Amino acid sequence: MLNPISLAFKKAKEEKRPALLTYTVAGDSSKKQSLEILKAISYYADILEVGVPHNTPVADGGQIQTSAYRAIKNGIKMNDIFKVVSDFKNSKNSKPVIFMGYYNMIFQYGENNFLKKCKKSGVNGLIVVDLPWPENKIFSKKCKKNSINFIQLLSPTTSKKRLKSITKDSHDMIYYISMLSTTGGKLKVSPKKILANYNKIKKINPNKNCVIGFGITEKTISKFKNTDGLVVGSQICKEITRSLSNRQNPVINVSKIVSKLRKKIS
Amino acid sequence: MKLKKGIPVIDQGDRLGFWGGKFGGNFVPETLKKPIEDLEIQFNKLKNDKNFIKERDKYFKNWVGAPTRFIKLNNLTKHVSGAQIWSKVVSDANGGAHKIYNATVHCLLAKRSGKKVIIGDTGAGYAGKMLSMAAKKFGLKCKIFMGAKDIKRQQPNVKAMKKNGAVVIPVYSGSQTLVDAVSECMRYWVANCDTTAMCVGSTVGPAIFVRICGWSTSQISRELKIQLMNEFGNIPKKLKLYNCVGGGSSSFGFWNEFMDYDKKQVEFIGVEAGGPAKSKKHAAPLTYGSKIGILHGAAQYVNQDSDGQIEETESISAGLDYPGISPLHCFLKDTKRARYTAASDEEALKAYQMVTKYENLRPSLEPSHAFSVAIKEAKKLSKDTVVIINSCGDAYKDRGILEKKLGKKYVKSN
Repeated sequence: MLNPISLAFKKAKEEKRPALLTYTVAGDSSKKQSLEILKAISYYADILEVGVPHNTPVADGGQIQTSAYRAIKNGIKMNDIFKVVSDFKNSKNSKPVIFMGYYNMIFQYGENNFLKKCKKSGVNGLIVVDLPWPENKIFSKKCKKNSINFIQLLSPTTSKKRLKSITKDSHDMIYYISMLSTTGGKLKVSPKKILANYNKIKKINPNKNCVIGFGITEKTISKFKNTDGLVVGSQICKEITRSLSNRQNPVINVSKIVSKLRKKIS
Repeated sequence: MKLKKGIPVIDQGDRLGFWGGKFGGNFVPETLKKPIEDLEIQFNKLKNDKNFIKERDKYFKNWVGAPTRFIKLNNLTKHVSGAQIWSKVVSDANGGAHKIYNATVHCLLAKRSGKKVIIGDTGAGYAGKMLSMAAKKFGLKCKIFMGAKDIKRQQPNVKAMKKNGAVVIPVYSGSQTLVDAVSECMRYWVANCDTTAMCVGSTVGPAIFVRICGWSTSQISRELKIQLMNEFGNIPKKLKLYNCVGGGSSSFGFWNEFMDYDKKQVEFIGVEAGGPAKSKKHAAPLTYGSKIGILHGAAQYVNQDSDGQIEETESISAGLDYPGISPLHCFLKDTKRARYTAASDEEALKAYQMVTKYENLRPSLEPSHAFSVAIKEAKKLSKDTVVIINSCGDAYKDRGILEKKLGKKYVKSN
């Protein structure tokens, strides 16, 4: 049987479109609101990345940092984050969930405890930004044993040799970082070049679901229609910030954006 | 966990860059793997290259000004009336602190690899000031990331950076101090690593940066060893080396050449920033038993909450105001080669007052922490014990704080 993440990709493929992956920070701007946002956008998105906020992120740009600091300031703790996910998973029309965060949070929880809790709350995959290959070998095996997808990251600086080794050690899904940037950067590389790199990865192993992230927004998303999946994060976080400062409801505004994104690739 | 003899500590890490199997490493985004690997290959080759070492030594001698003085503090010794108190006046170095060694080496490396821009983080402003000096010297463009709070409290160094042509980028995230400056600098490198070299300002960060910095600051102990031989004809039988520890670059450099001596002969004492006496916040992860965590790419003892969020620190000294500590010091602590303790803000200020009262020396707030503990301990030590404090920074940059805390008369001479 396919795991929920692979199933989501399969479904999108059957509809001849890339899967839409969203990124929102757990606890932004509150536990309740982040849960409501997840529930609302899961009508349009295929896989939901849930950011585990950390206060010394080394790869996140301003928008996601703002969301993360807001969540931490409002008191979100690791156990609350698990609760948000399990509540979401118990709601109707829930979608696969991928945690995205930094290794210290896992390290402090204890790798085994963390995975146990992930499994119990319904987390389907993990992206650990600062646990690259080969450092992640042991942990990614542990994830596999627990039926949790460990998602390897690839970037434009990844050498050919590394691309091959990492792809070989990856599970069902891999994540290609489109350009040299923190999250939320403007797309500074042509879509053509990004797609060329994407195709290089697909050639190594066509069976891996490869998503592209960083610099994907309403403006750029339609240029990447012939891919397995696309991740939008910063634009959503930015919309939450904008809504809050305009005293509007972020749940409604964010779900509007996600619905638009979905239309652009359908 | 064991410290090996005959192998430089910077080279005692394992294949993945862990000292003692658990400190350090490379917890970095995939994008940085390649530039870090490139830097590793370059450094491993050059650190044994005679021409490169010659070049380094030339700049250290003619431009940095090696050796810095090694002096006896006669009046202070008399006043304390215990051990002999000496100081290695590293603040003699060009720019006024030890940060010049690491900055020079990073610029030499950047130049050789054809990079046109170098970026760096700074807390007290010394790392930034020195990097801006070295960048100017070697014709590189320079960007310095500095917490907005530190920009306010270390104005003299900010002015110096700008004068050297560096762009100072204020960091407003988090606590707006060194920890956030390092994060922001790493983020900038993630986005620009193809054209830009990064200099991490202390023995922290991914393993290669820990190694390069430790290798660079070791100049301090290389000089001191010769100076001790000249002064005493031998390495004294009872020698104690006191140094403040923030990230840990000056202390590591001050101790490195003495690593293989028995600690009964050459003892290392690291003094962390205990923060205000009345505050629970501090910047002393080794003294107060912080747990191992990951910060800025390396596993280390670090102030954090139970979830793993990095905690805010508090110290009068911007240079020590860092929640983590070099993996090298974690390793030296757990192998029991070095001993670590802390001094509070108030104790550091008191030590500054005492040193400036008795000696013609103005240690900045960072080494004042080390002076505080050294003076206290020297009282109880025998006259044949040689206590040396690394005066690794000059108080010029602190005059705003000193004036506020102690009154005008303590900064007049500045």
